[in-house]
Amino acid sequence: MSEETTDTDESIRWQSDLKFIAKLVAVTYVGFAVLGIVTGVSTNEVAGFLATVTFYAAVFALLALALNLHWGYTGMFNIGVVGFMAIGVYTFAVLTAAPDASPAGLGLPMIVGVIGGTIAAALAGAIIALPALRVRADYFAIITLGFSEIVRLSITSGTLRQIEVGDTVYGTGGGSGIRYPPVDGVVTWLFELIGLDPNQNVLYETVGVIGVSNSVVDRFVYALILIVFILLFYALLHRIARSPFGRVLKAIREDEVAARSLGKRTQITKIKVFMVGSALMGLGGILWLGSRSLVQPDGLMPVITFYIFVALIIGGSGSNTGSVVGAFVFAAFLWEGPRFIRTIARANLNYRSPGTIYDAFVELVALDPMPLVGYLIGSLDELRWILLGTVLIVLMIKRPEGLMGHRKEIAAATDLSRPKRGETDE
Amino acid sequence: MFSKQRLSTVSAQDLFGYLLLGGIALLALDLIRRLVMGTLAPGTLWTLIWNGFVDSLYIGLAAIGLSMTYSILRFANFSHGDLLTVGAFGGWTVAYIIGGIGAAGFGSRLLLDADGGAQAGALGMSIVGSPLALILGLISAALITIGIALAVDRLVYKRMRRAGGIALLIASIGVALVLRYIIALIYTVDSRGIVASAPFVGPLEVHELAVVGALLDLLGVEWNIGPINLHEATLVISALVLIIGVHLLLQYTKLGKSMRAMADNRDLALITGIETERVITATWVIGAGLAGVAGYLIVLDQSQISINVGWFLLLLIFAAVILGGIGSIYGALAGALIIGLTLNVSLIWLPSDLNEVTAFTLMILVLIFKPDGLLGGVETA
Repeated sequence: MSEETTDTDESIRWQSDLKFIAKLVAVTYVGFAVLGIVTGVSTNEVAGFLATVTFYAAVFALLALALNLHWGYTGMFNIGVVGFMAIGVYTFAVLTAAPDASPAGLGLPMIVGVIGGTIAAALAGAIIALPALRVRADYFAIITLGFSEIVRLSITSGTLRQIEVGDTVYGTGGGSGIRYPPVDGVVTWLFELIGLDPNQNVLYETVGVIGVSNSVVDRFVYALILIVFILLFYALLHRIARSPFGRVLKAIREDEVAARSLGKRTQITKIKVFMVGSALMGLGGILWLGSRSLVQPDGLMPVITFYIFVALIIGGSGSNTGSVVGAFVFAAFLWEGPRFIRTIARANLNYRSPGTIYDAFVELVALDPMPLVGYLIGSLDELRWILLGTVLIVLMIKRPEGLMGHRKEIAAATDLSRPKRGETDE
Repeated sequence: MFSKQRLSTVSAQDLFGYLLLGGIALLALDLIRRLVMGTLAPGTLWTLIWNGFVDSLYIGLAAIGLSMTYSILRFANFSHGDLLTVGAFGGWTVAYIIGGIGAAGFGSRLLLDADGGAQAGALGMSIVGSPLALILGLISAALITIGIALAVDRLVYKRMRRAGGIALLIASIGVALVLRYIIALIYTVDSRGIVASAPFVGPLEVHELAVVGALLDLLGVEWNIGPINLHEATLVISALVLIIGVHLLLQYTKLGKSMRAMADNRDLALITGIETERVITATWVIGAGLAGVAGYLIVLDQSQISINVGWFLLLLIFAAVILGGIGSIYGALAGALIIGLTLNVSLIWLPSDLNEVTAFTLMILVLIFKPDGLLGGVETA
């Protein structure tokens, strides 16, 4: 009986969440577009910027959802996300790279690579979950960080760089990486599937009228495919969360000993959920890094894990909608926003960039602030990191539950803090 | 059924432990075989062990501070590595400003040769070339790092005293990013050599020393001390003095006793009238001071500086702290020794680009075998 009321609540909430995200995205995009056009940035650049925001928002959302399964639902504090992404994308690369390339791959179809990479990440998750069963949360965090570094350093090492099997040289390619057909080639395939010419078609022509180039259109189409994956991830997590299995997860997060004393097999549950989350991270890694045609260990630094964390924390861990909202806010305002401002500044300000901050200050004393502005614009990447760190600190002090963390799903079938909603027997 | 499951996991854990010990024993046997067969010169092994010892000293210095903040403030401080970076940049800036007077422009010295205008060799930045500047730099490294750590504590951690360990951990990641990239903004992200090549003394003719020489001759022992790298010697001596100092401080002063009490039971310490805020300040002073010195000495030994100097070491420091068991500084030192030796002695069997992988793997394996670390459970700072 109470289940029915929950179902209606859920579906209403689902719709309102979707509307909220759509509104947020629309307002942000219109805002950026107006800002860009008013300040004289070309339509193609604005569209390219929006395509990039959509892409990053989508990949961060995929990974934040996967992390939410580990941390938000089960309380497993995994800071080795990039390690699982690396295993996914490297497996993908080895499976799909051309057999005559250097290092050689198996030349299998893309879909085999995607599935293989996802499975490989899940298996890695199973191995890492074993020590997780024994240690406390903060030790586990360090184990997962250690794991992601082990993966990165092994990929870089000379031992795995070239592995000769018969006459062909396989391997990770060390620091120079592996080349492979990128996953966003699926856009061309999709065009052909619906009967459009991938080189010149009605879509390109329509959008071309306002000066948007074909490559930007392709990027938008790929971002749309990613959004389909977000919906799939979301549905999967939603399904898991509402199953008996999901209730055990939330029980583990709240009090593992209590869950175990009620006869729940928490150990096996933790291994399973860790595998599922790792598989999703592997898939997320393939969809993100696999859309370039080259993967290198330099792109797999531990900081990538922190991007995902910031996205999840902004949104509020424990809430799936929060993960998506957090990923979008992070991608639009913290990640790509500063670059957009740099584009505007370059188009509108006349400044030169001094060599060091000392030179900039010397000229500031001589009452010329422009060199300092120029230096700061030139150091935008560093400033962005400082901003990111500050946001993390402020969120942890002021609002540790994030934007939508109040929506964290409770462990009990019904909210025990508000008994008026129905009977609480399970 | 519960007890059965419990018994089975314990025996699996034991089995794993025996496998790990067996593996280490096999490696030890192989080491002896190599020494006997002559494929490994005793001198090479000695060099590896010595390098491991030197590595373990700076890892250990940093690990003491990390272990103390871990046991007293109860969170894994991910900004500890960047405190090393702060110490390295802060200390060397002071050394450059003092040591390079007249030899290079102020701006180049202030920014540690960011524009290529203050070459280390031209400035004579070595322990023989400008000893006073380097020693003042060492002291400043500690003071600057302490200042930054106390400021961060006031601004961030003090507002979160009652927050959970994971919330503090995340905030410390934020602090780490802010510190590292403020340094990057000032000093640029380029890695560069800022120490002149290390001076050597020796080899020491031990046999020419009066009493010792006679004794050695009497015993018929050949013993000479090879050329000594003075920068390495500075590192070893400074680190050992500091470690002994911290040991005395914790064991024989009232402050040390309060710290150990607070690490054991915070609420009980509060009831007995220990001023917890003062103890926390003291923890930051000691922990950050040691971290700053460690960062400075690493740069002295390796001559390269970059904004990632501390961050890249952080995981090794954590590995040392966890191996020893969080909360015990002696455990942290033992862990540092294991990590330092693993990094270097593993080179006998494995290529050099896999030595960190070996250290991290060892950390994970030990945690499976002993989830609380080797000296775990003894939480006496």
